[in-house]
Order: sequence, then C-alpha cells, then structure tokens
Amino acid sequence: MGRLVLAEEGTFIPPGAKDFDLPAIFGGVTKPMVLIVLSIIIILAFFLLATRKLSVVPSKFQFAAESVYDFGRNNIARDQIGSKEFKPFVPLILALFTFTLVNNIFGIIPIIQFPTFSHIGFPLALAVLVIFPVYHIAGIRKFGLGRYLKKSVIPPGIPKPVYLLLTPIEIFLKFFMDPITLAIRVFAAMFAGHLILLVFTLGGEYLLLEAGPALKPVSIISFAMAIAMTFLEALIQVLQAYIFALLSAGYIGMSLAEDH
Amino acid sequence: MVSSSLITIAAEGSPSPVMPHLSEVILGLVAFGILLFVLSKFVVPKFEALYTERTAKIEGGIEKAEAAQKEAEAALVQYKAQLAEARAESARIRDDARAEAEQIKEELRAQAQAESARIVAQGQAQLEAQRAQIVAELRAELGRQAVELASRIVGESLEDEARRRGTVDRFLTDLDSVSAPAKR
Repeated sequence: MGRLVLAEEGTFIPPGAKDFDLPAIFGGVTKPMVLIVLSIIIILAFFLLATRKLSVVPSKFQFAAESVYDFGRNNIARDQIGSKEFKPFVPLILALFTFTLVNNIFGIIPIIQFPTFSHIGFPLALAVLVIFPVYHIAGIRKFGLGRYLKKSVIPPGIPKPVYLLLTPIEIFLKFFMDPITLAIRVFAAMFAGHLILLVFTLGGEYLLLEAGPALKPVSIISFAMAIAMTFLEALIQVLQAYIFALLSAGYIGMSLAEDH
Repeated sequence: MVSSSLITIAAEGSPSPVMPHLSEVILGLVAFGILLFVLSKFVVPKFEALYTERTAKIEGGIEKAEAAQKEAEAALVQYKAQLAEARAESARIRDDARAEAEQIKEELRAQAQAESARIVAQGQAQLEAQRAQIVAELRAELGRQAVELASRIVGESLEDEARRRGTVDRFLTDLDSVSAPAKR
C-alpha cells in the first residue's frame, strides 16, 4: 500500500549496498579510512594519557582505563586462554577489543555515523591475516607442527570410523571457516545495523518531505524506530566487539589447550 | 519486480559488499599493527607493572599486619610472663616476711624467757646472799647475846676471847647439825 503511494509520488530509492560505497574525500581516501585512523588516535590517546601517571590508588580517569584494560585482560584473555599462558596475548586481545569497539561505536556517534567494520576489508584483515596466523603459530610453537596438526584435526577419544567424517570437517572449520566466520559475524552485524538505521531515517525523511499529507505523520513512527534501533545498535556494537575479541581469544586458547 | 531492479542497481552501482577492498585490508592491517605495537610497548607493560606493584603493596600490607600481630602476641606473652613472675615474687616476699616475723617472734620469746630466767636467778642469788648475810649477822648477834646472857648468869666475864669464840662456834655448829636434817 505504502509502496504504491511512494511509487506514485516518485523517487524513493531504498538504501542498499551502494550506500556503503562512500565517495572519496580526497585522493583515494574514503570515510572509513579516515575513521580507522581516527579510531587508532582515540584509543592510543586514551591509553597513553591514562598510563602517563599510574598510581596504585587510581584516579577516576585511570580507573576508567584500568576497567577497559582489566576487561580485555581478565574477562577475555585470561578466561579464554588460561591463566598460565594468557600474558603474551594481552596486547593483542586488548587491541582487538578496543579497535573493534571504537570502530563499531562510530556507527552511532553523530556526524561520524558509520561503523567502519561494515566494510568487510577491515574485519577480514584482522581475522584472516592477524588472528588466524596468531593462533596457529601459537599452537605450533607450543606443540610442534606434527602434534599440533594431529591434535587439531584428529581430536582424541572418538571411535575410529568417525574420523573419516570428522577430520575433513575439522580441517574445513579450523583452516577456513573459523577466521572467515569471525570476520563475517562482525561485518554482517555492522552492515545490517547500519542499513536498518538508514532505512528508518531515510524512509522517515522521505515520508516527511515527499509523501502525501496523509502519510506525513507516519514519519514520526519511522524516526522513533530509528531512535529505538540506535539504542539496539549500541548494544549490538558493544556486544560484537566483545564477541570478536572473545572468539579470537577462544581460538588461541583452543590451539594452546592440551586436549579438547 | 522492485526487488530485482534493486539488486541490479546495487550490482551496477557498486561492487558487492562482501568483496573486500585491497586498500582497506592494507590500511586495516597497518592501523591495527600500529595500535598493537604501541599498546604492547607502552600501555600493557605499564599496567602490568602497576598490577605487580599493587599486588606487592597489598601483600606487603598483609605482611606488615601479620608482623604487627606477631609482635603484639610476643608482647602479650612477655607481659603475662612478667605478671606471673611478679606474682611469684610477691608471694615469695610475703612468705619471707611471714617467716621473718615468725623468727623474730621466736627470738623475742627466747629473749624474754632468758631475761625472766636471768631475773629469777638474780633474785634467787640476791635472796641467797641476803639470807647468808642475815644468818651471819644473826649468828654474830646470837653469839654475843648468848655470851652476854651467860656472863650475866655466870657473873663473870669470859675474858678469854679465843675461848669464848670457840665455845659459841661449837654451840652454833651443834645447832646447825640439829636443825639441818629437819630442814632437809
């Protein structure tokens, strides 16, 4: 019904993948590229300022930085990797968590309003070119190549014929699906979330400006939905950053674990 | 209809969103590399140092408290020992005093007894002496009077002194020998 009305009025173009392909600001530099750099600056400024003068009894700002650090260190890295071997991975997990978090949150910050990870290049780079090598190399360094591969693809304690089925699945999961799903999970969430926000805001705008008088009030519903979705997005963005770091730490922990 | 046209628009307008841009992959790697480097070089060591320091402080505080408690316990033990010692000391002193008092009393009693014995002995000696004196006096008197009376009776003076003395003495000795068995 609405669609018909819209069609009569003319030119509502629903947002789609093209809206993520932003024009270059200058040279070949696009908005996501600027945001990535901005996120690095924000995170480093936050931590470097907070660690300039650390004291045993923390100030408010130090406490905030410590809480973030603690969350990455204890709640993610230590829980997933184990208290014996998590220390060397703390910087990686902390960087993954804060980097993903800030870039996701960009999606609901006014003016910025673009979750960088909705461009698959960034999460893919992290998952396939950083996390994937890290957890395999960590496992190989601990167990040696042969034992690590055996442990990974032939988990012990299973009836022999099952290996015919299980080993290919394990190989497929461990060497292809794990890193790719890790990247796609956060990418898809950010992409879909941003798209939903676009639909409701652009739809509301169109209803308000272009639609017939009878439909103008409907724009309020659309804008209300956009606001509600923004809150939902805030939750999802934080959650996805947490999951991204958690799963990365989980993969590392799994490749370092003695047995399944 | 509409949806198919949308897909064509998307396909024509831009590359598929699941195809990564190479520039973004490279930028993401470099940016993350910088972030990871700075965090691991400057941020994480500082936090870890802080944690170590904090743990040390807390453990140090606990140790200090334990030491203080130990010290207090030692002081208490020492105090109790001293108290017991003081009590023993006071008991000892009291016993000593009691013993001393007893001794003094005993000594005084002995002294008093000795004194009384001495006084009694002295009295007896005095009495003895007086008695001897009186006896001597009486003897002399008796002798003289007896001679006098005798001379009066006889009517003549017993001139011979030596004889007179011998007579009286003999008489008295007789008297003594008569009275002595009665006395005994």
